[in-house]
Amino acid sequence: MLNIQELHVAIKDDEQEKPILHGLNLNIQAGSVHAIMGPNGSGKSTLAHFLAGKANYVFKSGQVDFLGEDLLALLPEERAARGLFLAFQYPIDIPGVNNMYFLRTALNNVRKAKGLHPLDAADFLLLAKKEMQTVGLDQSFLHRAVNEGFSGGEKKRNEVLQMLLLQPKLIILDETDSGLDIDSLQLVGRAVNQMRDNNRAILIVTHYQRLLDYVEPDVVHVMRKGQIIKSGDKTLATELEAKGYGFLS
Amino acid sequence: MSNSLIENLVKQPYPYGFTTAIEAESLPPGLDESVIRLISAKKNEPEFMLQWRLKAFQHWQTLKAPAWAKLQHAPLDFQTISYYSAPKSNENKPKSLAEVDPQLLETYNKLGIPLHEHARLAGVAVDAVFDSVSVATTFKAKLKEVGVIFCPISEALQTYPALVEKYLGTVVSYRDNFYAALNAAVFSDGSFVYVPKGVRCPMELSTYFRINAANTGQFERTLIIADADSYVSYLEGCTAPMRDENQLHAAVVELVAMENAQIKYATVQNWYPGDAEGRGGIYNFVTKRGACRGAHAKISWTQIETGSAITWKYPSVILQGDYSVGEFYSVALTNHHQQADTGTKMIHMGKNTRSTIIAKGISAGFGQNTYRGLVRMAPTARDARNYTQCESLLLSEHCGAHTFPYIEVKNKTARVEHEASTSKIGEDQLFYCRQRGLNTEEAISMIVNGFCKQVFNKLPMEFAVEAQKLLEVSLEGSIG
Repeated sequence: MLNIQELHVAIKDDEQEKPILHGLNLNIQAGSVHAIMGPNGSGKSTLAHFLAGKANYVFKSGQVDFLGEDLLALLPEERAARGLFLAFQYPIDIPGVNNMYFLRTALNNVRKAKGLHPLDAADFLLLAKKEMQTVGLDQSFLHRAVNEGFSGGEKKRNEVLQMLLLQPKLIILDETDSGLDIDSLQLVGRAVNQMRDNNRAILIVTHYQRLLDYVEPDVVHVMRKGQIIKSGDKTLATELEAKGYGFLS
Repeated sequence: MSNSLIENLVKQPYPYGFTTAIEAESLPPGLDESVIRLISAKKNEPEFMLQWRLKAFQHWQTLKAPAWAKLQHAPLDFQTISYYSAPKSNENKPKSLAEVDPQLLETYNKLGIPLHEHARLAGVAVDAVFDSVSVATTFKAKLKEVGVIFCPISEALQTYPALVEKYLGTVVSYRDNFYAALNAAVFSDGSFVYVPKGVRCPMELSTYFRINAANTGQFERTLIIADADSYVSYLEGCTAPMRDENQLHAAVVELVAMENAQIKYATVQNWYPGDAEGRGGIYNFVTKRGACRGAHAKISWTQIETGSAITWKYPSVILQGDYSVGEFYSVALTNHHQQADTGTKMIHMGKNTRSTIIAKGISAGFGQNTYRGLVRMAPTARDARNYTQCESLLLSEHCGAHTFPYIEVKNKTARVEHEASTSKIGEDQLFYCRQRGLNTEEAISMIVNGFCKQVFNKLPMEFAVEAQKLLEVSLEGSIG
């Protein structure tokens, strides 16, 4: 589904380019769940944002293939339309924009790309109510402005709600577990597990083992200084948790 | 963001830029006493009007155009403007809609303002002002049944001269400022509304202004009186053809709200803004003011300002009656080379008076957007309160937003709150929306509409959607 080869990416900071990813390789098959772990500043979030098409990164070299297409030739909205979804670590407020209107516009854009008819307000509401129950968000959140005044946990659950509604093919969860209490973590874990199937892949970017207790990964990668330095099965995550990142150096 | 996309969008023409080829009677350019006498004679005005105009003209000649606003333009030459232009077909005043020149009806149709009473805006009474004269007013008879007077001010001067004389110039005196003096001297038409005691006006009232003739200024004067315990909601719209020269629009609006009366006044200002290089466009110098004369009176101004090359406009409220309320909700958008210096004045005189100011400025392209607002608490304004919120959104590197709040408090019990913020449209917000499948244009439109929501919510239902669409059109080509 996603194949990254020798990816070099820099970040633009005051006209200065600072290299972040140094020849990263990653291959994710449909039906699998991958986790990327690593210390702060290892380039995990850069990878997640770069794949989604965020502007202020500079592509240096390498290749990224997503479902047989050159991912880097696509605009962010085209990537979304083809099924790439990023759950943000820090979801953005959009004051004055009704959450329901935002979610329905997003869903109908993705449906259009799939050749499906747009959902009207009534049909959308039915669907939204069901999925809101899954993530434990009260319906009043539909009528509030997007993320405005939401607590950290509510923002994260709103991200997971969007994931459930949009039914993407590749889900990238960027530190979705941070700032969640145990109950929320459980709800999020359940929602993510619900998305697991043979046609979909999930990439979990995280510092900790926590979410992996609920969503069992097939492959765990350790990232450091912009490269994947080690890959293994889920026991690698437990080992990291016990010994810290230091033991790999 | 793709440059070709931006260029394509910039090429989108102003949709109302057409001209109507209609035979008009226009005065030659220039202004002196004879012009004023001529306008007054054409309208067959009572003597007091002529005298008032002449006094205004004398006063105007002693004034200089104000230079304190943050606006840049070449000095205006008032002798190159024609002060009167009217469609010839209007000469023998049409008695009913059926007699209105079909070409004029067609013009308003094209603008989306059908003047047939059973058309789309069935719940709204419309006064259509074309260049210097009113060409049609709908639902006059129906309004008359409940005692509401809604007619061109020229007609009111014939039919209700005493009423006009009693109120005209009592809120905006001809001595008020340069443009108000000019307007008093040369105004040719506008709308007049009187809502009697205890009457709730049964429909929205609306005036639609259209400048058509070249080298002509439009100087309309609107006077709205809401007597005790009455209510009226009024909306004004305006467009003009695309011309390379700048045209002057200098209007005056006066509102009077007596005890317990409420006036809601909304403007969707869409005068031709000039082209992408800043050629042409309307110079909009307008004085709008309301007086809450009685206790518990309420006046709300809502304005959506997307047009004009230059906007100079401060709809204000004088809060004389105790417990009276003034509100100002504004969205001002400047794209390309447009400049706006706009805001309000809230003059608190009565006890426990309250005012709210919500001003949103959006700047794109090379647009310059200034908020200028005065809140004055007079010594008599015991326990008066004001809340001001002033927000600016910047959409490009070359645009500007400026805020000039003036606060004068002469009573210790009064309370004034002022909040201001300026933000650049967030790359993060855009990226978030695009990650969810919205393209850049959809995303900007959504974010800007969200930014304006507080103000749009104050518009009459029928027009909120149009305002939203208008904003989309005005924003086209603003990315970058």
